[in-house]
Amino acid sequence: MRTFANLINALDSTNKTNQKLAAIERFLNEASESDKLWFLSLFSGKRPKRSVNTQLMKQWAIEQANIPEWLFRECYASVGDLSETISLILPEAETQIDHDLSEWMDLIISLKDKSDEEKKIFVLNAWQNLPYLERFIFNKLIGGSFRVGVSSKSLINAISRYYQLEPNEVSHAIMGEWKRDEVSFEKLVKGEYADTQLSKPYPFCLAYALEKEADDLGNLEDWQIEYKWDGIRGQFIKREGEVFIWSRGQELVTDQFPEIKKALLEFEGDFVLDGEILAVKNNQILNFSELQKRLNRKNISKKMLEEIPIAVFAYDLMEWKKIDIRQQPMTERRRILEDFLAKQPNAHFKISEIIKVLDWNALIEKRSQARTINSEGLMLKHKSSIYHTGRKKGDWWKWKIDPMTIDAVLIYAQKGSGRRSGYYTDYTFAVKDGDKLVTIAKAYSGLTDKEIQEVSRFVNKNAIEKFGPVRTVKPELVFEIAFEGIGFSSRHKSGVALRFPRIVRWRRDKTVQEIDDIEEIKKMIN
Amino acid sequence: MLKFTNKGIYCVPGKFYIDPWKPVDYAVITHGHADHARWGMKHYLCHHFTVPILKSRIAETIDVRGIGYNETITKNGVKISLHPAGHIIGSAQIRLEHKGKVVVISGDYKVQDDGLSTPIEIVKCHEFITESTFGLPIYNWKSILQINAELQQWVLKNQSDGKTSVLVGYSLGKAQRIMKALEGIGTLHVHYSIGKLNEAYEKAGVQLPEYNVVDFREDVKYLDKGIVIVPPALVDSNVLRKIPNKADAICSGWMQVRGARRWRSADAGFAISDHADWNGLLDTIKATEAEKVYVTHGQTAVFAKYLNEIGIYAEELKTEFGEEEDIETLTS
Repeated sequence: MRTFANLINALDSTNKTNQKLAAIERFLNEASESDKLWFLSLFSGKRPKRSVNTQLMKQWAIEQANIPEWLFRECYASVGDLSETISLILPEAETQIDHDLSEWMDLIISLKDKSDEEKKIFVLNAWQNLPYLERFIFNKLIGGSFRVGVSSKSLINAISRYYQLEPNEVSHAIMGEWKRDEVSFEKLVKGEYADTQLSKPYPFCLAYALEKEADDLGNLEDWQIEYKWDGIRGQFIKREGEVFIWSRGQELVTDQFPEIKKALLEFEGDFVLDGEILAVKNNQILNFSELQKRLNRKNISKKMLEEIPIAVFAYDLMEWKKIDIRQQPMTERRRILEDFLAKQPNAHFKISEIIKVLDWNALIEKRSQARTINSEGLMLKHKSSIYHTGRKKGDWWKWKIDPMTIDAVLIYAQKGSGRRSGYYTDYTFAVKDGDKLVTIAKAYSGLTDKEIQEVSRFVNKNAIEKFGPVRTVKPELVFEIAFEGIGFSSRHKSGVALRFPRIVRWRRDKTVQEIDDIEEIKKMIN
Repeated sequence: MLKFTNKGIYCVPGKFYIDPWKPVDYAVITHGHADHARWGMKHYLCHHFTVPILKSRIAETIDVRGIGYNETITKNGVKISLHPAGHIIGSAQIRLEHKGKVVVISGDYKVQDDGLSTPIEIVKCHEFITESTFGLPIYNWKSILQINAELQQWVLKNQSDGKTSVLVGYSLGKAQRIMKALEGIGTLHVHYSIGKLNEAYEKAGVQLPEYNVVDFREDVKYLDKGIVIVPPALVDSNVLRKIPNKADAICSGWMQVRGARRWRSADAGFAISDHADWNGLLDTIKATEAEKVYVTHGQTAVFAKYLNEIGIYAEELKTEFGEEEDIETLTS
């Protein structure tokens, strides 16, 4: 596993893109064919199912390290990663076993049908004979969740540079389903299996947030304007009678949306369509929290199908009658899309409405009212734009409504994980409830590293309760919290739930007396 | 015998403080790090080797008396003696004896012999005051031989890649250990703050490798492909940006954890510490045979709880030690 461990170490110990690319290239040079395929699988999210339960691993590690469970929890709170915590508390390795990545993966996969006792013997043996870094990687491999220091984008860039290919061709080539024992790495990344695969989606075209003034975009006539919807962005594929639904996270979610699947089967002709899955009832788009109730369920009950009906709002068309039309201008793709949905009307597919206004000011007005119809704002797409691969500045803009904000006080803090382990980065905030405080939101991001260090020092000095990973702190630091939406919630003590809460800034100018009151906040719900 | 006040640890019969954080009349100092040796004391007592450090850090004019290890002086009926703590040069555990009762204030300590500071000596006592900076079982140091070899390999690799090795470590203790680890590999360039403290080592008769003090106000292109040692305070400064082709490594016990390494986004992190690791703390405490242990700065709550669970009576003690480490994060 040394070649792979070297790669992980190199990816982990630099934040310079060039060095990461160089490390991946070195790996592609040195690693075996099967290791390269495993590497691609692990980093592009195609992982085998976890074969050993985390609780068991934790239990075995506690036994081996001979420490009480609460102390393990303290360690975990400090490290922020279970695999790493285990690898750090275990006694030093005695000898070394050296398997390459694919041998390890085969062994790990074969554990699936073994008894817990057999699994334990295998895991303990690996722990006793692997040095720290390889032990850590081994734990990660068992866990199946491997996210180390490299984005899928830089991975694709490295591969395309190595084989002198176009990045978008590579990302297309490795998307979709392929089996390690049926492909060759080089043929795969060169797209030799791509045509035969009906399920293959295109990379999504993504928009940047509009930061300048809208009227700086020039002539209003040049832009196709639509609402930005808060649902599940998806790609809807029909090829040769087969249908597939892909999420933005490149997961096949076809079976989660049976009514959409059925609708896709009813259409005639082959196509690949970009759209948003939304909960829609009586022509009203429902709050995201409704749609959320249907997500990640193994079975969707009949009752749920009736209570939360869904539909796709079609944005774009990438493939039509087997031809990739992404290079055609927006207006042309839109014309085909409109024509298609007009000729084959379907209750579950609606076209995303184009907003027509006379001038930019009227558009600003439209945007400000977006929230009343559960929209997040507007999308501005240049009429001549092609369907880009990934994010490209200039052609597509998302113009979200300004978030709502409140002032709240920090009351709980917890150490972060990953890069931020060791510092208090996860905060819980409270607002006034008469003369008491009530928790309103948790938020993670939005502070600079320096501010996080400063807050961490405050937490260290002002912690009221100390055991466990969570610290109760003196209510003193006031932060401005922004969020995209607010709704009543029976699950939260405050009675409200915020959508996408985040820290905007530290209000050093404000004291705890000046924070918002929950009754006032409830008035924000429309 | 001891009272824990808002000025620091106070010896009641002796009428003096140990490592106080507010100005007092008489202070016994464990070692020269800024969170233990503060300004404003009328009289200081410390190890001989710590004297030049205090003078250079606080003021030449302070009233300071230096004594040797295992030398005893008596103050108001309390016997005071200093014993090696192995943390940095001159670092001492302070043993107090009064009416047959013995208390030891360890200050910061480590068990590994770094070849620069006098190795720790175990002092049997009734009460022991311990630090707990790395008081979690995730902290287990590699042997000095092994970690030094890793450090050397990293520098050699940089040399062959045409890069300048920049090593970050606290100017008192850590920097000198890095110098020693890299002796003979190439010219060692150090920041002036390190150069100043090197002099204290040399005054104490410790032989350091040859080094060159860098003046960062001037053109530093000559450092290219060389070895540079700087204190943590410089990490985010413009000074480091002047160094050509640099690869940087942070040398600190915190680097044991991957998240901490990534947080600093350095090219490398080496878990080299002047504090005891988990087993170092436990072994030392057990060896003192103390009936009661006070746990100061670091993992106080967790470590005290664990000691109680394994049958050693322990209490948490709130101090202002280790604040420096909070501020710079990397000074350990």
